[in-house]
Amino acid sequence: MQIDANLVHYLESLARISLSESERAGCQADLQRIIAYFDQLDTLDTAGVIPLSHAFPVKNVLRDDAVGQSMPVGELLMNAPREQDGCIKVFRTVD
Amino acid sequence: MDITQLTACALAKKLHGGSLRVTDVLDAYYAAIDEKDGAVGAYIALTKEFAYKSAKAVQARLDTGEIRSPLAGVPVAVKDLICTKNLPTTCASKMLDGFLPPYNATVIEKILAADMIILGKTNMDEFAMGSTTETSYFGATKNPVNPEHVPGGSSGGSAAAVAACLAPIALGSDTGGSIRQPAAYCGVAGLKPTYGAVSRYGLIAYASSLDQIGPIGKTAEDCAALFAIIAGKDERDSTSMDYVPQAASADIAGKKIGIPNEFFGDGLQPEIALAMRQTADELRRLDAVVAPCSLPLIDYAVPTYYIIACAEAASNLSRYDGIKYGHSSKEAASLRETYFKSRSEGFGMEVKRRIMLGNFVLSSGYYDAYYKKALQAKRLIQQAYFAAFEQFDMLLGPVAPTTAPKIGASLDDPLKMYLSDIYTVAINLAGLPALAFPRGADGGHMPIGLQLIGKPFGEHDLFSVANALAAHEGLLG
Repeated sequence: MQIDANLVHYLESLARISLSESERAGCQADLQRIIAYFDQLDTLDTAGVIPLSHAFPVKNVLRDDAVGQSMPVGELLMNAPREQDGCIKVFRTVD
Repeated sequence: MDITQLTACALAKKLHGGSLRVTDVLDAYYAAIDEKDGAVGAYIALTKEFAYKSAKAVQARLDTGEIRSPLAGVPVAVKDLICTKNLPTTCASKMLDGFLPPYNATVIEKILAADMIILGKTNMDEFAMGSTTETSYFGATKNPVNPEHVPGGSSGGSAAAVAACLAPIALGSDTGGSIRQPAAYCGVAGLKPTYGAVSRYGLIAYASSLDQIGPIGKTAEDCAALFAIIAGKDERDSTSMDYVPQAASADIAGKKIGIPNEFFGDGLQPEIALAMRQTADELRRLDAVVAPCSLPLIDYAVPTYYIIACAEAASNLSRYDGIKYGHSSKEAASLRETYFKSRSEGFGMEVKRRIMLGNFVLSSGYYDAYYKKALQAKRLIQQAYFAAFEQFDMLLGPVAPTTAPKIGASLDDPLKMYLSDIYTVAINLAGLPALAFPRGADGGHMPIGLQLIGKPFGEHDLFSVANALAAHEGLLG
């Protein structure tokens, strides 16, 4: 698997991260080596093996449909970078 | 008497017997931290005001004979990725610098209900991504045994705090070895519990299917005491299990302990291989049945682990968007720029690399070849362990191929750092418990750690064997 500059750019876009030029060069080389190492999994025969998402069998657990205690809005907004009138303030999302 | 030399269990006995007061203990630890932590760097933040306030209430209860837990009154250091209400919780990242959680993690509620006292928050690799505690935004932690060496990671601050006697006991978290490996590097004990034994509510997520909170202590006995306090079902973590830890047994006669041949790989430091053989001999003298066995697929554990862990990290860390909490770029002029600039400024390079790797293995065209393949390998690895457990009660192995490397030795080569996780990551993939415990030192005086790997919810068996070894060594002087 060849990791080229276009793929690194694509991964930055998916990750919502912008690397600096120096970070990008190092990252491309690191990803190349790491993914080449991942490729050794190709030698493992997994035909017919069901993927294991969770170490032990679990199922969705639903709580009773009852009103619980909510956290105070003020406490939840305590860490918000920008807030106004009890809401998180963001840039315009729709023109 | 130097209070800071005591084990957590010994400290508790003195507190409960009235020969020590909680404030004496806090005074001793904060004095030791003032004196030594400048050189070690185990803590990111101290919680003195909260600790002394808690101490007052705890002491009042102890004075009336109300002992809420076997560790009541004992201080504990907490890895800085476990949410503590209104106390800084940074994940050792610029992204969460200044973040004050509005709630406590379940384990924090449990240790406070047990009348334990939070000393401070410990250093770690950023977002628990690393094996050396060098990727912390707040600077590297040093190994207290020799400051030229790393303490291991990612719970390096917690392990260093216990090893340097800057905390009697600590909480860490283990996604691929992050409790066991620093415990081994620093010469202390650490338990990675069975997946689901301890609630993850309030643990800042790295790879949710692998993360577990666990104790780091001077002894296995201390780890067992703290594990009993934090374990159990939690309505707020649907992967937690209804489980009450069992007491360790003093007798290990007849216990069947396997040593996989594959654990003696090419890169294993000879002194660690020797420690394995010596420990096997000692276990035989204690009438355990020790025999070699086979554990195939170990070579596939590291790539399987990093594919799954990075995939989950890419998803979990997408919450850091500069909008709700955490670092938000001052340079952004649009919503899209807020995402890109906040994340680019807030995350360190190792975190960025793992998020990008995760996006790669999950992306269209690569998902089946990498992510799905890794989940299939995960099942085969778990089956290999379960096959070994048809013959054995537990397995004995090294924690890491070498003792603690020097600072800077692995930072420039991420793949080299990943490969050092070969003996720990498979246990997380299989969801099993494993206990790291110290077994002497190498020629450079750096600690050697071994681990006992158990069946699901077999922690008590691991504690039994580690306690028996410690007691036997004590008898030998």
